[in-house]
Amino acid sequence: MFDWRWDFTWQILPRLVIATGNTLMAAGFGYAIAVVLGLVFALAQRTPSRTLTFVVREAVEFIRSTPLVLQIFFVFYVGPQFGLRLSPWTAGMIAIGLHYAAYLSEVYRGGLDSVPKGQWEAATSLNLSTTRTYFRVIIPQALPPSLAGMGNYLVGIFKDTPMLSVIGVAELMHTATAIGSETYRYLEPYTLVGLIFLAISLPTAAGIRVFERWVRRKLGLS
Amino acid sequence: MTDEDLSGFPLALEGPDVPMVSFRTVTKRYGELVVLDALNLDVAEGEMVTVIGPSGSGKTTVLRMLMTLETINGGVIYVDGKPLTHMPRNGRLVRADSRHLRQMRSNIGMCFQHFNLFPHMTALENCMEGPVHVLGIPKAEARARSEELLDMVGMADKRDQHPSRLSGGQQQRVAIARALAMRPKVMLFDEVTSALDPEVIGEVTNVIRRLVAEHNLTMLMVTHQMGFAKDISDRVCFFYGGRIEEQGAPDELFGNPQKERTQQFLSAVKEAN
Ligand SMILES: Nc1ncnc2c1ncn2[C@@H]1O[C@H](COP(=O)(O)OP(=O)(O)OP(=O)(O)O)[C@@H](O)[C@H]1O
Ligand SMILES: [Mg+2]
Repeated sequence: MFDWRWDFTWQILPRLVIATGNTLMAAGFGYAIAVVLGLVFALAQRTPSRTLTFVVREAVEFIRSTPLVLQIFFVFYVGPQFGLRLSPWTAGMIAIGLHYAAYLSEVYRGGLDSVPKGQWEAATSLNLSTTRTYFRVIIPQALPPSLAGMGNYLVGIFKDTPMLSVIGVAELMHTATAIGSETYRYLEPYTLVGLIFLAISLPTAAGIRVFERWVRRKLGLS
Repeated sequence: MTDEDLSGFPLALEGPDVPMVSFRTVTKRYGELVVLDALNLDVAEGEMVTVIGPSGSGKTTVLRMLMTLETINGGVIYVDGKPLTHMPRNGRLVRADSRHLRQMRSNIGMCFQHFNLFPHMTALENCMEGPVHVLGIPKAEARARSEELLDMVGMADKRDQHPSRLSGGQQQRVAIARALAMRPKVMLFDEVTSALDPEVIGEVTNVIRRLVAEHNLTMLMVTHQMGFAKDISDRVCFFYGGRIEEQGAPDELFGNPQKERTQQFLSAVKEAN
């Protein structure tokens, strides 16, 4: 019933595998930016400065309430009007990194808030500085409850990388579409893309759960 | 915060008998609620003072203010003759900044009702955290000293365990060692046995007994265990409504309380037990 061609499938597979590398790189870089920036956003909302808290709070809200694809377009096409001329890769990484930083900051906020007040008081009684308290006491305990959410967004960012194709980043989706327009065959490339996403997402999600348990054990929390 | 008049308070306490801790007309409010009402309380060097009183009378608040976990609404607290809540600036007292608080805080250690050990660190790591990262003591030295303290509280064999593997009594003993590792002059105990099963209370009270007997620490302790308070205190303060209703040597206060509220409280406690 389907006109599935195996010779064509094998022929395009190497190109898609290479593109998978780009997809993983985009997801990896984007996530790295989001993980760090998200923590900055979360901590900024816990400083005594009301203004900083307000500004970051609103920025996070704004990012979370607008579509990612719009943000990608915005950084790439509107950026130049402000003298910000970026390559598709750079623009894509900034947009997707910022987008997921906003979401991750909420995950961190939940994790940080879940650390009992008594931990802060013990740290104060030992005269630990605020910075040290965060990095030695609070963040290690905020991590385990954040890991599930962090894992969800890792899979999420991976699945969102196809949106980078709209500005010409040569990731999986972009390559599959290119193959389709060259050969007029879309069934095999898009099916393969789906399978590749599945083959990476599922083990990643399972791996995250294992990692979560490992971290808990490692930190002596269970 | 209004600019209060602190001209009546000395910049430092001087003389032969300067108390280790001195609350001078200290007031603490939460909104409308006055929790401490112009409290005066001196604790001499090496003295063990126990605070008893009904729930909500401000006992914990006294310790928390001394540990700088709460800000003060009026009066001045002095530690070792120097102002804690304030600092001298151009010949007068102003509110302490974070640097002054950090400096003064190093005199004080505190143990909490719920231990508050760092759960991701072993017993030994809990004890070493402050000495290494705050006092800047070399790791090997801090380790040796922490092992010594864990040994003193009878926890040497559990030093590599995380708190989740320890009983409440064991956690509290580690917490005592952790506080002592910072070499405080003043130790604060806030109901350190209240969260414990009855059969392990003795482990913790015995450690405190040893501290009283063998160390010249100044201690301020809140407890609901009247027998223990009677045994080890130099002085007992009965708190009522944010004030000291009555205070005195344990034999006098427990044996012959003068105020009606003290009598009522003590007989209520006796009935409950
Ligand atoms: N953060 C806070 N905000 C508002 N009120 C508070 C706060 N902390 C304490 N209080 C109030 O201050 C009063 C004194 O509290 P404190 O904890 O010092 O009492 P306590 O004598 O230690 O009582 P207990 O025996 O129950 O521990 C109580 O009425 C309490 O409700
Ligand atoms: Mg209390």
